[in-house]
Amino acid sequence: MKFTLSWLKEHLETDADVDAIGEALTRIGLEVEAIENKAALLAPFTVAYVKSAARHPNADKLQVCEVETAGGVTQVVCGAPNARAGMKGVFAPSGSIIPGSGLVLKPTQIRGVESNGMLCSEREMGLSGEHDGIIELPDDAPVGAPIAQVMGLDDPVILIKLTPNRGDCAGVHGIARDLAAAGLGTLKTPPVPPVEGRFASPITTALHLAAETADACPLFAGRLIKGVTNRPSPAWLQRRLKAVGLRPISALVDVTNLLSLDRARPLHVFDADKISGNLQARMAHANESIVGLDGETYRLSPEICVIADDTRALGIAGVMGGLDTGCTEETKNVFIEAALFSPQRIAQAGRMLNITSDARFRFERGVDPEFCLPGLELASALILQFCGGEASTIVTAGAAPEWRRTIAFDAGRVAALTGLSIDDETIVQILNDLGFGVAGRDAALVVTPPSWRPDIEGSADLVEEVVRIAGLDRLPSTPLPRLPGVARAVLTPLQRRVRDTRRLLAARGLTETINNSFVPRAHAQLFGGGDDERQLANPMSAEIDAMRPSLLPSLLAAAARNADRGASAFSAFEIGPQFLGGTPGEQVVVAAGLRSGAPERHWQGARPADLFAVKADVAEVLTLAGLNAASLAVTREAPAWYHPGRSGAIKLGPKILLATFGEAHPRVARAFDLDGPVQMFEVFLDALPQPKAKPTKAKPPLKTSDYPAVERDFAFLVDSDISAAQIIRAAQGAEKTLIERVSVFDVYAGKGVPEGRKSVAIAVRLQPFDRTLTEPEIEKISSAIVSAVTKATGGALRAG
Amino acid sequence: MTTLDTLERETLAAIAAAGDDAALEAVRIAALGKKGAISELLKSLGGMSPEERKTQGPLINGLKERVTAALAEKKAAFEALALDRQLQSERVDVTLPLPAESEGRVHPVSQALDEIIAIFCDMGFAVAEGPDIETDDHNFTKLNIPADHPARQMHDTFYMARQADGSQPVLRTHTSPVQVRTMLSQQPPIRIIVPGRVYRCDSDQTHTPMFHQVEGLVIDETTHMGNLKWVLEEFCRAFFEVDAVRMRFRPSYFPFTEPSAEVDIQCDRRGDEIRFGEGKDWLEILGCGMVHPNVLTMCGIDPSRYQGFAFGMGIDRVAMLKYGIPDLRAFFQSDLRWLKHYGFSALDVPTLAGGLSK
Repeated sequence: MKFTLSWLKEHLETDADVDAIGEALTRIGLEVEAIENKAALLAPFTVAYVKSAARHPNADKLQVCEVETAGGVTQVVCGAPNARAGMKGVFAPSGSIIPGSGLVLKPTQIRGVESNGMLCSEREMGLSGEHDGIIELPDDAPVGAPIAQVMGLDDPVILIKLTPNRGDCAGVHGIARDLAAAGLGTLKTPPVPPVEGRFASPITTALHLAAETADACPLFAGRLIKGVTNRPSPAWLQRRLKAVGLRPISALVDVTNLLSLDRARPLHVFDADKISGNLQARMAHANESIVGLDGETYRLSPEICVIADDTRALGIAGVMGGLDTGCTEETKNVFIEAALFSPQRIAQAGRMLNITSDARFRFERGVDPEFCLPGLELASALILQFCGGEASTIVTAGAAPEWRRTIAFDAGRVAALTGLSIDDETIVQILNDLGFGVAGRDAALVVTPPSWRPDIEGSADLVEEVVRIAGLDRLPSTPLPRLPGVARAVLTPLQRRVRDTRRLLAARGLTETINNSFVPRAHAQLFGGGDDERQLANPMSAEIDAMRPSLLPSLLAAAARNADRGASAFSAFEIGPQFLGGTPGEQVVVAAGLRSGAPERHWQGARPADLFAVKADVAEVLTLAGLNAASLAVTREAPAWYHPGRSGAIKLGPKILLATFGEAHPRVARAFDLDGPVQMFEVFLDALPQPKAKPTKAKPPLKTSDYPAVERDFAFLVDSDISAAQIIRAAQGAEKTLIERVSVFDVYAGKGVPEGRKSVAIAVRLQPFDRTLTEPEIEKISSAIVSAVTKATGGALRAG
Repeated sequence: MTTLDTLERETLAAIAAAGDDAALEAVRIAALGKKGAISELLKSLGGMSPEERKTQGPLINGLKERVTAALAEKKAAFEALALDRQLQSERVDVTLPLPAESEGRVHPVSQALDEIIAIFCDMGFAVAEGPDIETDDHNFTKLNIPADHPARQMHDTFYMARQADGSQPVLRTHTSPVQVRTMLSQQPPIRIIVPGRVYRCDSDQTHTPMFHQVEGLVIDETTHMGNLKWVLEEFCRAFFEVDAVRMRFRPSYFPFTEPSAEVDIQCDRRGDEIRFGEGKDWLEILGCGMVHPNVLTMCGIDPSRYQGFAFGMGIDRVAMLKYGIPDLRAFFQSDLRWLKHYGFSALDVPTLAGGLSK
């Protein structure tokens, strides 16, 4: 909402300057976004008189002007074709900053002739794009006067950010009322005198609405003014509209815009000669369409209310008029429409048709039902004044819905809700100043909100009205009572796990990223997603339109972007949501990571990450979550986006997938333009079981042995597809109490080992707790290990 | 001069003159070997009379001890020399550079969130979370934003595709639906903060389609806007790590609070730097208000008995303000250069005891 200071002062008697008004507006909830004061910007520029203008000795298109300015006579070289002796123009002195270009003016020589200052065009002053010549000021403009004043640009423009509840302040009058209540002056809006109708309107209004759509338009009023001459509106009105960014069109149209901005009362004017028969408000027919004032064709539907004549829809009610019945310079007879429309239906229509208009803005916020007819009278008076003609009596159909309601209000609620103590008298005074009727006293006030405040529903709204005028800055800062004792832990086990995992992975050299929750559909499809349920209905761009089925596509895309920027290696992770479907709750928390690229070369040698680097990442995360990572089964069941031979999955039982890891499938890596192996992992944090709650925090006692441990090495020749886990499991099962650890210390295939087989060497550590093992005992266990492993794997102890 | 004196002088001189271990060993054998001069003298003690032995014994034994000590000293000197030589040959170039440690970082949003949680935990707030995809009911209707309310347009909502069951969920436009979920499942007193991702169809230097919000909600029988002001002041003082902050409450409008306010924090902008707790500028940092009675009623809480406040602010935004990060969009572009620069070490765990940041 934009208006000028002088406009405001038509409604508000005040001595306050624009800064004080701006502060007050923000203080009472009408937040000032900007105050544009051209006078300040244009202060250095003054009226100058061109005493003489002579051809530049060295340039055909330049003139050397003697210019009389505030600072005396000076010489200016000017290239404008309209610069001539005897004219008055805008002088920019040396040292000033040209608003249109930002240049600082300096005394200079132009083709050997001295030039001090400049005569300026509108473009140079930042007023318009006009640059064909310099600005010509009226002959009576006094030399040295500020041009803002001479050109009528000294009226500050105030832009406020209107909250959706304040339809009443979508007009300057309403803003003035709020300011007056806040003590900034006195409201002085003149009353609206009725315009006498001299004949019955030949065009009538009617409501053709079924019971279930009757709310769409409860009141449709209007009147004909015949014999008008539509011409440009008066200069003051044009200037006012221009100042707030509207293009003056013609007096008839400008009057409706004025009423909209001044009184938050949208109106529409029809060229009466283009109406067939009478007017009615009705719901649009299916497949009906209309060409709007903006020249666009809109397809209507039965949810949308229209103003129609006997033959067709003429306008989209409360949203936009139609092109072919609009007023033009030739309009002789004008019909003014003033109506009430349902805010909900206007909002719906506007959204369906994707039209934003000043009318929609006001109707969907709620207009003052009591100002519908006065608005019509005021518009009639202005049209008669600007365009002549003769007004008919007013025709109406329907009536304004009942808006009067009372709210039982306990004045004590103000202190209870805000902590601010304001005496009852002041409370009543503020409400009265804002137009509320107040009866009763103390805890039993009965408040009647004014017709222009449909947003006021109950006590809490009244409290807000009181404190915003009394001053929210007076809120007393009051400690929130502390809960007794030392602060308790507040994180849930999962929140704690997320936080710990984040810092663990960062400590392991991975950098945390946060990526968008949606990815390109093509990427989602590579990771089992991209289905219709997980698509956005209205993506910002087709590039990001699918809820991510995995965190990996985001990380792969990030790896590719970083590689493009020249990063050699990329090690990063993210902890965030992965989406399983398109409804609430279909998401899980995943910690995913990626290691790719070659590390910087180094004199000690540097190896790129292999899949065991990400397997270690996974193991550490699982260990941190309280799981014994080494005891969990690793299978080859990683999903399709991994390399089938170089990936694994860790499961708990047959069903619960805890983690996957491995090298990216080359096709997937290529889809992201990544060359070379990419290692990645996913840990499903909310699938990890929570450690059992224990009655105390005490750890189990430490158990150590005083007897020496014994280590024995074995090498087995097995088929290539036998896994290390099979060998370890078999060895561990050979003796239940003494085997403390089985580790793999060598894996070899090649010369000396038959094709299709490999040699796996393990070390088994035996730890007795009650005796020293004897050689025969050790031999016995060794044989058991050998037979267990050979039986389980079909392999053989390797000779030697 | 006795023979013993001569022997001692000559032997000690030979020890001093020995140039290496072999020479020293030769001196030792000549003096203390089986047939060495001193060994022979010791053997001669057996043939002496008791009186003679009494005088000669200590003299000869003294001589032996002094020679033995001199030999040991010389040997130690040789060993020290040998070690010195060995160490001289064992030099490495200690100026060789280390391999580039791949140091990981924590994202500034996570860091800021940990700081926020530390502060609100101290004030007794629990941390609640909820889904990113929400029902229209939780995101709007139960927050007093019915269909066709003009406030819905301010939200630039992302809608999901219509689902098989006919519903059309939204990506939550704020974390407030978690307030709804909390109130529907729990009676007051309630003190929670709700951090999380939120989504708006909007993008420029200060807007990204996804960003992070933290919401606060307190519901009990007495909490009022003055308490809200105190909580926010305490939060800002602790978060920005300054002695005091000044805040300005401006009336505003949110459908789910009444009265509603936007809050500005006093600051001093010097070029690219912003300092809090001083200066003449005001910077908007959050929106807040008293929970609307309609919201309480819709969430099954009796508004005639309970009241309280809610606030919501951008985590990314306060992180930008505190840590001087210029562009919101870079938060989600995963540029390693940016993350290394603006990220935090894994060990920078914010605590109230140790200070939130270094």
